[in-house]
Amino acid sequence: MRIINIMNKPKVLVFSGYGLNSEEETAYGFELAGASSDIVHINDIVDGREKLDKYQILSFPGGFAYGDDTGAGNAYANKVRNHLWVQIQKFLEKDKLIIGICNGCQIVTNLGLIPALSQNYGERQVAQVYNQSARFITRWVDLRVVSDTPWLLGIDTLSLPIAHGEGKFFVDKKDLKELHKNRQIALQYTLGEMSIYLDLPANPNGSIDDIAGITDSTGKILGLMPHPERGMFFNQIPNWQLLKEKYNREGQKLPVDGPGLQIFKNAVKYFK
Amino acid sequence: MTTRIGIIVKDFDARAQTRQKKLNGFGFKNISDLWIIDVYTVDKSFSEKHLESIAQALSNPVTQNFIFRTKNKKAKLENQFSFAIEIGFLPGVTDNIAHTAKEIIEDTLKIKFSNDEDVYTSQVTFINGKISKADAEQIALSLHNPLIQRTLIKSCGQFIKDGGMDIVTSKVKLIKKPQVTDVNLNISDEELIKIGKSGILNSDETRRGPLALDLLFMKAIQKYFKKLGRNPTDIELESIAQTWSEHCKHTIFGGPIDKIKGGLYKTYIKRATEEIRKKKGKKDFCVSVFTDNSGAIVFDDNYLITHKVETHNSPSALDPYGGSITGIVGVNRDTIGFGLGAKPIANFYGFCLAPPASQARALRAGDPSDEIILYRDKDLKNPILSSRRIMDGVIDGVNAGGNQSGIPTPQGFIYFDERYRGKPLVFAGTIGLIPKKIKGKLSHIKKSLPGDLIVMTGGRVGKDGIHGATFSSVGLDSGSPAAAVQIGDPITQKKMSDAIIKEARDQLLYNSITDDGAGGLSCSVSEMAKESGGCIVDLEKVPLKYAGLDPWEIWISESQERMTLAIPKNNWKKFSDLMKRRGVEATIIGEFTRSGRCVVDYNGKKIMDVDLEFLHDGLPKRQLETKELSIKKQELSIAEPKDQKKILLSMLSRMNLTSFKFISQQYDNIVQSNAVLGPLQGRGRVNADASVIKPILKSQKGVVMSQALYPSYSEIDPYKMGAVCIDSAVRNVIAAGAKPDIIALLDNFCWCESFEPERLWQLKQTAKACYDYAVSYGTPFISGKDSMFNDFKGFDNNGLPIKISVPPTLLISSIGVIDDITKTVSLDAKFAGDIIYILGETHEELGGSEYFSMINQTGSIVPDVDAEKNKKLYASYYNAIQQKLIASSISIGRGGLAVALAKKIIGGQLGADIYLKNLPGSVNRNDFALYSESQGRILVTIAPSNKKIFEKAMLGNAISQIGKIVKEPTIKINGLKGEEIINLNLKDATNAYRKTFADY
Repeated sequence: MRIINIMNKPKVLVFSGYGLNSEEETAYGFELAGASSDIVHINDIVDGREKLDKYQILSFPGGFAYGDDTGAGNAYANKVRNHLWVQIQKFLEKDKLIIGICNGCQIVTNLGLIPALSQNYGERQVAQVYNQSARFITRWVDLRVVSDTPWLLGIDTLSLPIAHGEGKFFVDKKDLKELHKNRQIALQYTLGEMSIYLDLPANPNGSIDDIAGITDSTGKILGLMPHPERGMFFNQIPNWQLLKEKYNREGQKLPVDGPGLQIFKNAVKYFK
Repeated sequence: MTTRIGIIVKDFDARAQTRQKKLNGFGFKNISDLWIIDVYTVDKSFSEKHLESIAQALSNPVTQNFIFRTKNKKAKLENQFSFAIEIGFLPGVTDNIAHTAKEIIEDTLKIKFSNDEDVYTSQVTFINGKISKADAEQIALSLHNPLIQRTLIKSCGQFIKDGGMDIVTSKVKLIKKPQVTDVNLNISDEELIKIGKSGILNSDETRRGPLALDLLFMKAIQKYFKKLGRNPTDIELESIAQTWSEHCKHTIFGGPIDKIKGGLYKTYIKRATEEIRKKKGKKDFCVSVFTDNSGAIVFDDNYLITHKVETHNSPSALDPYGGSITGIVGVNRDTIGFGLGAKPIANFYGFCLAPPASQARALRAGDPSDEIILYRDKDLKNPILSSRRIMDGVIDGVNAGGNQSGIPTPQGFIYFDERYRGKPLVFAGTIGLIPKKIKGKLSHIKKSLPGDLIVMTGGRVGKDGIHGATFSSVGLDSGSPAAAVQIGDPITQKKMSDAIIKEARDQLLYNSITDDGAGGLSCSVSEMAKESGGCIVDLEKVPLKYAGLDPWEIWISESQERMTLAIPKNNWKKFSDLMKRRGVEATIIGEFTRSGRCVVDYNGKKIMDVDLEFLHDGLPKRQLETKELSIKKQELSIAEPKDQKKILLSMLSRMNLTSFKFISQQYDNIVQSNAVLGPLQGRGRVNADASVIKPILKSQKGVVMSQALYPSYSEIDPYKMGAVCIDSAVRNVIAAGAKPDIIALLDNFCWCESFEPERLWQLKQTAKACYDYAVSYGTPFISGKDSMFNDFKGFDNNGLPIKISVPPTLLISSIGVIDDITKTVSLDAKFAGDIIYILGETHEELGGSEYFSMINQTGSIVPDVDAEKNKKLYASYYNAIQQKLIASSISIGRGGLAVALAKKIIGGQLGADIYLKNLPGSVNRNDFALYSESQGRILVTIAPSNKKIFEKAMLGNAISQIGKIVKEPTIKINGLKGEEIINLNLKDATNAYRKTFADY
């Protein structure tokens, strides 16, 4: 059963601590979209000061949890598994949403929340490994939406920035086929406006089948390497100065929002 | 029982591929296969079942397998190989991955490691191919730094025979009992000099390392303790040395010089700020200048912006990675340690390096094929690192430090000059954000009170970073202490920073805070003790990384990631609980007092008791004398070149002008979601000199940041060099949209041989220029730092002594606050048909220019800066931006007009038709017109329809339409006489601009 908030504002828990670092802008993205968000240190949930069931949306934001030591997302996922697994399982039973962005994506992958093929939540089935260049990379990419996840409802393509060292999706052939079949591949890198503008290849990191994000089979848990919260303002788009000049000359008003905001709006809409 | 857990990648490993490619580039073409195994050596007994769970927690089943190796269990040989090279850390060196692994194991198995048990990481590179043992040794050298890492090489046969690599635990074993010794100062002047230069004598006749105290200072200390009727203890002497170090007290920049009794700092830097603030009156935007860890200016009604730029030169010469990572996380602490604690919101970097030899030559320090080999010692056993190693290391260090801390890096630079071979300069800066008031209390004011607890938070103390402050106050030679090297742990710091800035600060749980940087506790505690009027420390309470440190070592160690706080007693429980819940260690180590003394106890025994006044102000003033240096005039001996196209292509590939996007894009510049104008701009992703951030998510206000340095001018005219740095730094931010009235500056003087009167004359000249131009522009200095001994003394490969001094280097950093980030301008040309204007005059000012450097000339005419003319121009230009008239703009700097133009066109991926005929100013040669580095110039494009209104806005300034943007992808330049001198394909220009570091 879907929980309807009295205030009609879904409550979002944004995880923090141990080197996660994008919690403030992620919380802000949800707030801009009409949600009410709390940034909560993982230890406060471990201690029992906070409970996951208070919330409709869980968000694992970007960052460098534990400095990526032992593999990006691994140590933080271990901590969640060791202490919060029961709460997470209960959360999954309800009609709620989870998102993992960049480091958060690596965390939910290591936690086995995505793709959870055969409903095996908790089992690691996919990995994000070192970029093909073996180097951290910051740039914008173009994405094609290929699933029906509520997170991406109504979006066909969008451009967002990436910033990661270990973002190359890897999955074995059998599971890859499953992912395609179940429409669990949410986002694929594609040659679009930004790649063409910047004259860069579509796939930034060598991801298998250009995967940039996947979901569980319900589509309610999304993990994606690109950062919607770093592309929520017009002035963050790589060619905004060119567009600004164009709009100024045409006498048009400058837009305020960037493409990433829609993802947060979709999550809010899901609970309305 | 100790167990090695090896983690093996099942399929493709990008790291291995990159490593093989790199070694291939170094000349090892016969490597047919290379793979990497990550090793965790767990020094604690576990059941097999538990070991399985540990290995599972440390690896990923989708991509990795694991293997075990113990004393009794041989490692399985997976594949044949030629050599296996293992690199691990030396005892006591920070091993961040091991810390995380230990935490994972403890959390997973719900157990605790005892003090004797630990985890150590290492990495084994397996290489297959036709390589010799000697090759393997060379490869090992290229993979590690012997100062901080150990290496072990085994052939396949040896590996099988031994049952694998060795089981090594890098445990620190300090068997001696910690002790305090008295230092006899009733000795001859010669002996005093020895102690000051090489350190306190140990019982085994070795010395402890430089105190950097000269005879004048040693005598003052001798006198003080004579008065007390006793000798100092070692900790007292070490502590005084730290506090009095050039690094901390800036005796050269602050001391009386010639007839300037107040010294250069007070007379030229501080006075400039005071006069500017006074003149600005109500419009003064400075809030905290020079006194705190960073400088601060007003951002808006509710927030302040802080800025600080530091250098970390000496450590980076020895361990480039460790040096630069501690540089960046160190300057982050200058932000966290500002006022009651500011949040770092942008990092900045700058590397001054010697040009790297070709990759093959740069394989390692001392490689015979490297033409420039230098050694620290006469026996030629201790080579300095090659420039490429230093370059790779410092770049990686800022990558790790900045990215892991979640602080964007929107701006930085690299600059090459042969004279940085002995000692590189590594600049690291951080901009911070802090609310003006916290619970009604002004955030920039802090004061420890008598009775407050002295609390150390963050990391623990080890032998790393001992003598950092005194070491950086002398030149580099064979006596440079390896213990001065530290490695940063960004995550420990991030946890501490979040807990303090995002939680404890806003509950006002502490009265004062400062970072443990140079001099460690000795400096932070005694600095804060000035606020309350004294302190008493129980040194045995300081948490240590391992037992066995002498008290003096604990007191001055520069182990990273620590802050010292003054906490009222009744807040301790709240603070301590919070830190515990955030996984941050916090320990009471003493109490602030009003005794007027700095007292240190160790296990109940008083081991230090010095007057605070003597500690801070007891150092004698040293009168400095300067001697004017006559400038060598050199007339140009080369005629105007015929092939101007070739010259432009070569200029675009110059290391000091070319794209370094490989650095910009590996540094996260978009975290915190505050990016507005990044390091790479336009379609062509051209490196920009200025960046813009939007610090507050819901506000449109922005901060513009830039920097400038012109070391190539300093030997010709140090005064003009200073003037050019200021004009360039100011102009760069203005070109991007900064308001000329709200720009603040930071100065970083990196000098050399600073006891030489000629060098001091140069210093004085540059400092005077800083005063003159800062005052003219109304741009106050808010913070700064100097590093006076960037000299290397060593030996060439014939064993002959050699000395290399960096060119006198002034880095000016600039920040401006703007109301509306949509009124900023990027450098890339926007539309065909747009008109190109040059603002400002071009003269034949090519002394020390990049063009002259390329054609092996020095020249004698350094650009002159006409502040009044420029000010007027900048004000008009700012007006034009506010009227939305500027489509693109680039400040003309190093490389002159032609390079700025090329960057603009490459940025927009368009073409241009240019006519030099109309160039304002006075130039008679085409090459001079193209490459003169005359100041006060900006190259802009505007929409044709804005021509009239733009010209009206710029009325009264020297501006000229010099061409237009065209669709055809060609840069065409017609010379002074109207003839076509350059017809360059955009593709060729873009390639020339990108090729130099294409393989980096």
